[in-house]
Amino acid sequence: MALVEIERVDMRYGGAGGTLAVSGLDMKVERGAFAAVVGPSGCGKSTLMKLVTGLHIPQAGNVSVAGRQVTEPVSIVGMAFQNPTMLPWRTTLDNILLPLEIVEKHRHRLRKHKKDYVAKAEALLETVGLKGFGDKYPWQLSGGMQQRANLCRALIHEPELLMLDEPFGALDAFTREELWCVIRDLHAASDVTIILVTHDLREAVFLADQIFVMSARPGRILAEHHVPFARPRELSVMYEPAFNEMVQGLRSEIAEARVAA
Amino acid sequence: MSAMVENSAVAGTPPRPAFRMPWLRLAPWLYTLGLFALWELGVRLSGISHTILPAPTVVFGAIVQYWSPIWKNSLQTLYTTTLGFGIAVVAGLALGLFVGWSRSIYAGLYPLMVGFNAIPKVALVPILVIWFGIGTVPAVLTAFLISFFPIVVNVATGLATIEPETEDVLRALGAKKLDIMLKVGIPRSMPYFFGSLKVAITLAFVGSVVSETVASNNGLGNMMASAQSQFNVPLVFAGLLMLAIEGIAMYALMAWVEKRMTGWAHRSTMSQ
Repeated sequence: MALVEIERVDMRYGGAGGTLAVSGLDMKVERGAFAAVVGPSGCGKSTLMKLVTGLHIPQAGNVSVAGRQVTEPVSIVGMAFQNPTMLPWRTTLDNILLPLEIVEKHRHRLRKHKKDYVAKAEALLETVGLKGFGDKYPWQLSGGMQQRANLCRALIHEPELLMLDEPFGALDAFTREELWCVIRDLHAASDVTIILVTHDLREAVFLADQIFVMSARPGRILAEHHVPFARPRELSVMYEPAFNEMVQGLRSEIAEARVAA
Repeated sequence: MSAMVENSAVAGTPPRPAFRMPWLRLAPWLYTLGLFALWELGVRLSGISHTILPAPTVVFGAIVQYWSPIWKNSLQTLYTTTLGFGIAVVAGLALGLFVGWSRSIYAGLYPLMVGFNAIPKVALVPILVIWFGIGTVPAVLTAFLISFFPIVVNVATGLATIEPETEDVLRALGAKKLDIMLKVGIPRSMPYFFGSLKVAITLAFVGSVVSETVASNNGLGNMMASAQSQFNVPLVFAGLLMLAIEGIAMYALMAWVEKRMTGWAHRSTMSQ
């Protein structure tokens, strides 16, 4: 049973005459997989994010996560966006603990078991290389560090599914590569399923097992690719001919999708 | 070339801040003194009569001479202003939270509030006098009416401009509207709220003095109105000076409160 199943989904914004953002969308992501979604801009990638997390309910078709049809926000999902949206009045640690104050399962336990949760947050901070930065405020951190903290916040409630919407788009190339490795290791160390929405084809090929190519609006899946490179992958895999071939292939598919639009 | 010189001058500053800081701190006092000096000089050189534009020395003389009524009326004005302002803070915060709660309330009430704000408050004073008689009550209410609008607008704006991503992250976790307001909206609107207090307190003085001028037997507004009818222009200016002092003091207090309560907002914008 796949963790995420999307079947023939239509999503239209702004009533009957509104824009059709996705149409006939079909995709399946297995539990524990790392999937990437690429496509021309405005192809409804963000809509896909909102459909899977239950922020939008489709007009037609079916979205199910963990075997249940999505009719309201599903709290087994963690989200991270390009904009880290850390709250500036909270320390990094308190920002990371924020989801626990919301999620039904944790919010009543938080006060009593604060110590355990703080320890967990600190362990997460250590995995992303931010050990000891918990008591800093977000604005005292660099963009890359904020994005690391953002990942911790998305993971603190141990989501089964992590949705990433271009989380590294605003970072410089070196920081981005560092964070790719952070994500790669996080995925390897846990059984979390990750769906990464991105413009960066190299990022998609480096990180994912499965790549979905979306068409221009109204978005649907044009092709699904399996990434053959063995794990664990080192950054050097990006200089192999097969890697570049795959990136080239994706690029031309997206170029065609843009022309078709 | 001159830009380079400027740059090196700026770069050269940090190692010895101890020499420059006092000037920066003294600047407000020096500029004020400079203004008074220019004023004094201008009046003396031009020979304008004190019944038209009294020199600062004459104004200070009037303050000393009429100290007892000035002090009494200053306290009265301070009292009506802060009371009206206090009500505005409570009511403005409450209405701001209410308005910012949902986009439809925001959309519906906003034009009404703009319309209400466009009404000159001095036009409301006669109505207030009909309802409450002359004296303290209309002054307090005018101060309240004039100062609560910026508070409402700022609090509502703070709530209405939550980043959609933040809202999405929390809603995806199952957050209710109340959660989002408590965890994000209200803390986020606090810098707007405290920022608006500086505007509001200044406006509150305008409101109370306007009301005192037309409909009161107390307060600086009334004192200046009666001084004017007796051609006691130095006393009018003494009243203006007291108002300015009270205004600066209250503004400074609000700025201090703002800094204390929402220091993160100042530091976070500075770091960006």
